[in-house]
Amino acid sequence: MNPPTLAVWKLASCDGCQLTLLDCEDELLELATVVTIASFAEASSAVRPGPYDLSLVEGSVTTPEDVRRIREIRAQSRTLVTIGACATAGGVQALRNFGDVAEFAAVVYASPHYISTLATSDPVSAHVPVDFELRGCPIDRRQLLEVITALLVGRKPDIPSTSVCTECKLRGLSCVMVAHGTPCLGPVTQAGCGALCPAHARGCYGCFGPVAGGNVPALAGQLRAHGMSEQAVGRVFATFNAAAPAFRVEKAPRPGKVNGDDPRQ
Amino acid sequence: MTHGNRELTVRGLTRVEGAGALRVTVSGGRVERAELNIYEPPRFFEAFLRGRGYTEPPDITARICGICPVAYQTSACNAIEQACGVQLDPTLAELRRLLYCGEWISSHVLHIYFLHAPDFLGYPDAIALARDHRADVERGLELKKTGNALMELAGGRPIHPVNMRVGGFYSVPTRADLAPVAERLRRALDQALETVRWTARFEFPDLSLDCDLLALHDPGRYPIDRGDIRSASGLCFPPEEFSRHVVEEQVPHSTALHARLDGHRYLTGPLARYSLNSASLSPAAQLAAAEAGLGPQCRNPFRSILVRAVEVVYAVEEALRIIDGYQRPDRAAAEVTPRPGTGHGVSEAPRGLLYHRYGIDADGLVTSATIVPPTSQNQAVIEDGLRQLIEAHQHLDDAALTSLCERAIRNHDPCISCAAHFLILTRATVR
Repeated sequence: MNPPTLAVWKLASCDGCQLTLLDCEDELLELATVVTIASFAEASSAVRPGPYDLSLVEGSVTTPEDVRRIREIRAQSRTLVTIGACATAGGVQALRNFGDVAEFAAVVYASPHYISTLATSDPVSAHVPVDFELRGCPIDRRQLLEVITALLVGRKPDIPSTSVCTECKLRGLSCVMVAHGTPCLGPVTQAGCGALCPAHARGCYGCFGPVAGGNVPALAGQLRAHGMSEQAVGRVFATFNAAAPAFRVEKAPRPGKVNGDDPRQ
Repeated sequence: MTHGNRELTVRGLTRVEGAGALRVTVSGGRVERAELNIYEPPRFFEAFLRGRGYTEPPDITARICGICPVAYQTSACNAIEQACGVQLDPTLAELRRLLYCGEWISSHVLHIYFLHAPDFLGYPDAIALARDHRADVERGLELKKTGNALMELAGGRPIHPVNMRVGGFYSVPTRADLAPVAERLRRALDQALETVRWTARFEFPDLSLDCDLLALHDPGRYPIDRGDIRSASGLCFPPEEFSRHVVEEQVPHSTALHARLDGHRYLTGPLARYSLNSASLSPAAQLAAAEAGLGPQCRNPFRSILVRAVEVVYAVEEALRIIDGYQRPDRAAAEVTPRPGTGHGVSEAPRGLLYHRYGIDADGLVTSATIVPPTSQNQAVIEDGLRQLIEAHQHLDDAALTSLCERAIRNHDPCISCAAHFLILTRATVR
């Protein structure tokens, strides 16, 4: 029997999540003996035609061409997994969803009419069915290996859907919010990083996106009680998972504008 | 074939970071067009940075590039610290340089072993290379892992580290924390030297770029995390004068913006850094360079793999030097109070000079952001190199010439994910 085929794809993104696969230094050569890496443009010039048993998709859908490509990728993939905040929630570039994309293009590009772009940065699931969504900005290397291993043998990946607080307690860390008064998104953020920020005396900034059932309004109140302004609370939820519905807090400032005014005027 | 008309197209370049294409038109034996097209979708960072807090650009701009996030974090911190009038404590500055050494090791080793070496040895990728040269690829994996270990230690994780902040760090390691990675680095030094010897045995096509070179200069040491800006043509200016000298212009043959230095083309990256600073390398790195046949300057982009290998030797040694002299600072970060103004920050990303500029208002909000990444500075020279190469190799058939052009692009380790946000997409790009 031929080994199963793995394909890695990229839409709008920073390349960090697919780099995570190459960061599996201890496992990569062994992985390549049990799967055929059939299409992975960043790592290989050998590109085999589909269909593929497992596709990993990095990046969000931001252009009409992306819409066409993701449909094609879906049609070629037995199992499709989105890797990272861009593919799963639209990424940091989804901040455009709350701004005026034509104005954004005019700020960055001298001739914005050359730019072909959608008004929104969408998660892959807005366009095609997705079999599994792996969170994180970037994803965690161990979780990626778990997902690949599980899906190739046909079992459900063992990816905990608890909050960062759980991991923080498991590591025996003091709560940065309770002990040091540091604002932290740990209670409403999905686990997976190993409570990395609290381990570095920093509050979690939510890069793994919202945990199911997290009470964002209650935490927003706590953040205000710890001295954050209304605008700062809005901004802290409007980063790498800005378009995740659970992270949409009220009174979030419109990105790209200072105090509601256009700074160029 | 010599005087024919030919079209060479590669729609999706492989073994580069991001999505790019190659388009070449030769007409009557003359190269009419040699373009590196960027079709990576735009992400509008400079637009949505406006209105963010002054502490936010390091984490947000890190997401421009998963391969060189520390470069983005450092240039952003340098710019904002300058705007706020903050000088980093020497120990914190050294710790930042240590983290940056980790990124140089990881990024360069990724390029040397995974993206570039397969070209010289005739393989499609490092996995195929490992079937015949297992020990070499394993050495590359070990070295890369050491770079990542260093970034994990100082930054929390190798991709989008969480520990760097405006003013310093969130937490600082103890000397004991650094001991295991120092042990790894001592082994890595041999692997890095072996990497230089390994790449020195490759065959390098002839090519010499006669453009100007631009790199940082940091007195007494090789530039990584800060410095003034110098050129081969004799310019020397501080970061705040960057936009006075470097202007992005639209050129007739392409819709991409090309950066020009006082009106002329220039290259940034390993060749420029090395050619302007090779005398500041450590003795071991200088010796390795000499043994590999590198002179004090290098203008052949095919030999950039050697320069990267030498820079890995330097980064490993430099990391060991910093760890050796490290005393844990009392404070993890300096107090940074925002004030209205503009700050300019530069650093040497693995692929070249990375410039950030931020305007900050009295409330500490970002009013404007400008980022000039290395690949958008290099695009014009990459295309010039393609032209030269095609003209000299017209006897090759289409497949061989296309493959040579792809190699010529990979020589520069272009980071198209970075460049995309700052270049205009070419009209035929979305295909």
